[in-house]
Amino acid sequence: MDVLIFLIPIALGLGLLGLFAFMWSLRSGQFDDLEGARWRILDDSDLPDRDGAAPPRDRPADPT
Amino acid sequence: MSDADRDWNAFATPRPDGGVHMDLAVEGITCAACMSTIERGIRTVPGVTEARVNLTTRRLALDWNPTRTDAGALVRRLERLGYRAHPFDPGRRAAEEEGEAKELLRCMAVAGFGAMNIMLLSVSVWAGNVSDIDAPTRDLFHWLSALIAIPVIAYSGRPFFRSAARALRALRTNMDVPISIGVVVTLGLSLFETARSAEHAFYDSVVMLLFFLLTGRFLDHNMRRRTRSVAENVAALRVEAASRILPDGTVRDVPLSRIDPGDLVLVKPGERVSVDGIVEDGTSDIDQSLVTGETTLVPVGPGTRVYAGTLNVGGLLRVRVTAATEGTLLDEVNTLLESAAQAKSRYMRLADRAASAYAPVVHASALLTFLGWWLGVGMGIADSLVIAVSVLIITCPCALALAIPAVQVVTSGILFRAGILLHSGDAIERLAAVDTVVFDKTGTLTLPEPRLLDRDAVDPDRLEHAGRLARASRHPLGRALAEITRAVAPPIEVREEPGRGIEAVVDGRVERLGSPDHCGADPAAVAALLARFPGASLVAHRRGDEPPVVFAFEQGLRRDARETVDRLVALGLSVEILSGDRPAAVAEAAAALGVATFSAGVGPTEKIARLETLKAAGHRVLMVGDGLNDAPALAAAHVSLSPVTAVHLSQAAADAVFLGDRLAPVVAAITVARRARVAMIQNLWLSVIYNVVAVPVAVAGLVTPLVAALAMSGSSVLVTLNALRLRLGGDRFGETDRGAATVAAEPATAGS
Repeated sequence: MDVLIFLIPIALGLGLLGLFAFMWSLRSGQFDDLEGARWRILDDSDLPDRDGAAPPRDRPADPT
Repeated sequence: MSDADRDWNAFATPRPDGGVHMDLAVEGITCAACMSTIERGIRTVPGVTEARVNLTTRRLALDWNPTRTDAGALVRRLERLGYRAHPFDPGRRAAEEEGEAKELLRCMAVAGFGAMNIMLLSVSVWAGNVSDIDAPTRDLFHWLSALIAIPVIAYSGRPFFRSAARALRALRTNMDVPISIGVVVTLGLSLFETARSAEHAFYDSVVMLLFFLLTGRFLDHNMRRRTRSVAENVAALRVEAASRILPDGTVRDVPLSRIDPGDLVLVKPGERVSVDGIVEDGTSDIDQSLVTGETTLVPVGPGTRVYAGTLNVGGLLRVRVTAATEGTLLDEVNTLLESAAQAKSRYMRLADRAASAYAPVVHASALLTFLGWWLGVGMGIADSLVIAVSVLIITCPCALALAIPAVQVVTSGILFRAGILLHSGDAIERLAAVDTVVFDKTGTLTLPEPRLLDRDAVDPDRLEHAGRLARASRHPLGRALAEITRAVAPPIEVREEPGRGIEAVVDGRVERLGSPDHCGADPAAVAALLARFPGASLVAHRRGDEPPVVFAFEQGLRRDARETVDRLVALGLSVEILSGDRPAAVAEAAAALGVATFSAGVGPTEKIARLETLKAAGHRVLMVGDGLNDAPALAAAHVSLSPVTAVHLSQAAADAVFLGDRLAPVVAAITVARRARVAMIQNLWLSVIYNVVAVPVAVAGLVTPLVAALAMSGSSVLVTLNALRLRLGGDRFGETDRGAATVAAEPATAGS
C-alpha cells in the first residue's frame, strides 16, 4: 500500500494542473467567443507569406 | 445619414497604458470569413494595436494609439470594408454581470475539481469498507478529502453564502439559506466523524452538491447574458445618439449619455427625436405614434415641446434639451412607472414559495430526529447528532434548487430560438398564469411602417419610377415606398425641398415626389382619396407633364394579427385593445381583428386603471405594448411583452422583447410558458417524492455516504432530464415558427 504515498499526490497534482489550465484559459479570454474560436483555427492569415509580407489585398486602400 | 460628422471619439474609453478602447456592434457579420476580413482590414491601419471580432456577440473590440489614428478613421475603414459599425454605450451593469458569470465559472471549476478528486478517495473507502481497508488508511483518505473539501467549499460556496447572508439580513429566507446550512453542517459533521475515526464521512456529497448547483446557476446566468447581449446590439443598431450643435455651429453626433440639459440638438427630417426638449427654431410635423399611440401628425414650431422617441417627418429642427420637468408626459410616465414597478416586486416566485415551505419542515424534522434518538431511544448525543445531520444531508435541496432553474434555462433557450428575449426567468411562470391579453394598437397590432393602400389600382411602371425616386428620400413615407417597390438605383442628382418633397431629372423629364401640393395634384382627387381612406397619409408622384398619381398609405395591421388573436381566443384567453389613438381608428382595427372589448384615446394613467380593474376582477393580464405611454402599463401588468421596435423605456419595463414583424411570438410565449410551468410543478413533485422516500431512511439512521451520493445525484439528474424533455417538442416548435417567420418576411416587405 506504500505506493499510495506517490499515487495520491500524483492524482491530486494532475487534477490541480487541469484546474490551473482552465483558470488560465478563462482569464486569457479563451471562452469569450466560442462561436468564433471554432472558425479561427481554419484561418491562416496569422502566418506570414513566404516572402514575409502581408497579402496584397490587405494593404490599406489609401495611407491614412 | 452620413457618419463622417459623428464624434466617434466620444464613444471610446481611455486605457491605463495610454491607448484607447472602443466596442462596436457591427452590422452584417454573418460568417467566419467576415471575421478575418474585418480583423485583417482594420489591423492594416497604422496605430491599431488590437482588433478582435466576437462572433458570438457580433461585436468588434478595438484598441488603438490615439496619437496615430482616431475612431472616425477606423469606422470609415470598416465602412469601406462593407460593414456598418454602431457605437455602443458600455453600461456598468453589463460589466458587473460579466464579472459575476466569470466568478460562477471559476467556482464551478474548483467545485468540479474537488468533487472528482474526493470521489476518487471516497470510492476507495466505500470499496474498502466492504472488503479489507484498515482504519489508518481510511482515516488518511478522510483527512485528505477534508484537506481538499475545506478550501473548495470556502471558495465555491461563496455565491450561496453571500446570497443567504443577504436574505437573512433582510429577515427573509430563500433557497440559499437551507443550502448554506446544509453545506456547513455536513462539512462540520464530516470533520467530527473523521476526528473520531468513524467509517463514514460526507465530503463527496457536499462538494458534489455544490458542483451541481453551480452548474445550474451558471447555465441560467449564461442564458440571460446571451439574450441581453442580443437586446443590447439591437439597441445599438438603432443608434442611441444625438446630433449636438456645438457653440461654434458645428454638428457632432455624440452618445446620449453625453447630452446635458441646455444643449442644442439638430433633428433632421426622417430622424427620430432622441431627447426631450423644446423646439428652438424650424417647423415640422411630428409623428408621435410611438409615444402616445396617436397616428395623426402633430405640427410643431418654435416653443413646442417634443419627446424622445417621436419621429420628425417634416423639416429640420433645432431642439433645446430639457430635463424631465414636472407636468410633462415623460414625468407622468416615470412616476407611474416607479409605483407600478414597486407593486410588481410583491410577486413571489414559485421557487421562493417552495423554499419558504421547505426549510422549516426539513429543519424541524432534523431536530425531531435528534430529540427522538437522544431522548426517545436513549442513544448517545454524538450518534443522535450524526443521524440528525444525515437527515439534513439527504434533504439538502439539490433537486429542489435545480427544479425551477433547469426548466427556466431550457425554456428561455426555446423562446430565444422563437425570437423572444426574456429579461427575467420568473417571467415564464407569470406568463403561464395569464388569462387576459391586452394589446396596444399603434406599433403593436399595427406595423411600425406604413402600408400602401389600393395597390392594384396603381400603374406598376409609375410605382417603379416613384420607388426609385423615393430611394433618395429620407421621409418615412418615401422610405416605405422605396421598400415596397424594392427599387434600386435612385437618380444621382436630387433636389430636396424640406417638408414638401424631392425633385430630379430622369430620362430628360422632371420627376417630383412629395406632398400632393408639391406635385400639383388635383385637389378633388385628393379629397376623394381621403374620403375613401380616412386617416391615410398621401404621397404624390409627377412625371413630366403626365397627370400626377397619388398614393395613399396607412398603418397596416401586422400580417398575422387576426390569426394571433384567433389563436389566443382558442387558448381560452380574452383579448382587449387599449389604445391612445382616435376612437374611429381603434374601432376599425378591433372590428378587423374580431376583438369586442376596446378603449380608445386612453392615456398612461387610464391604461393602468384598466389593468387594475382587471386585476381586481381576478384576472392575470399579459400586456403587449410598445409606446412610451404603454411603459407604466407594461410594468404594472402581471407580465408584459414588447416588440423590438418599441421605445427604450418600454422595452426596459417589459418582461420580454420579441423580434420580427409577426405577432406569433405572443402565442408562442404563452404556450411554451404553460408547458414550462407544468414541467416546474412536476419537478417540484419529483423532489417532494424523493424527500418522502429518503427522509424515513435517514431518520432511521440508515444513510451511508454512498446512499447519499446516489440519492442526491440521482434526483438532480432526474429533474434536469425532466426539464430537457421540454426541448423534444420545444425545438420543433421554435424552428418551424422561425422558418415561417423568414418565409413570411419576404412577401411582407414586398408589400401587401
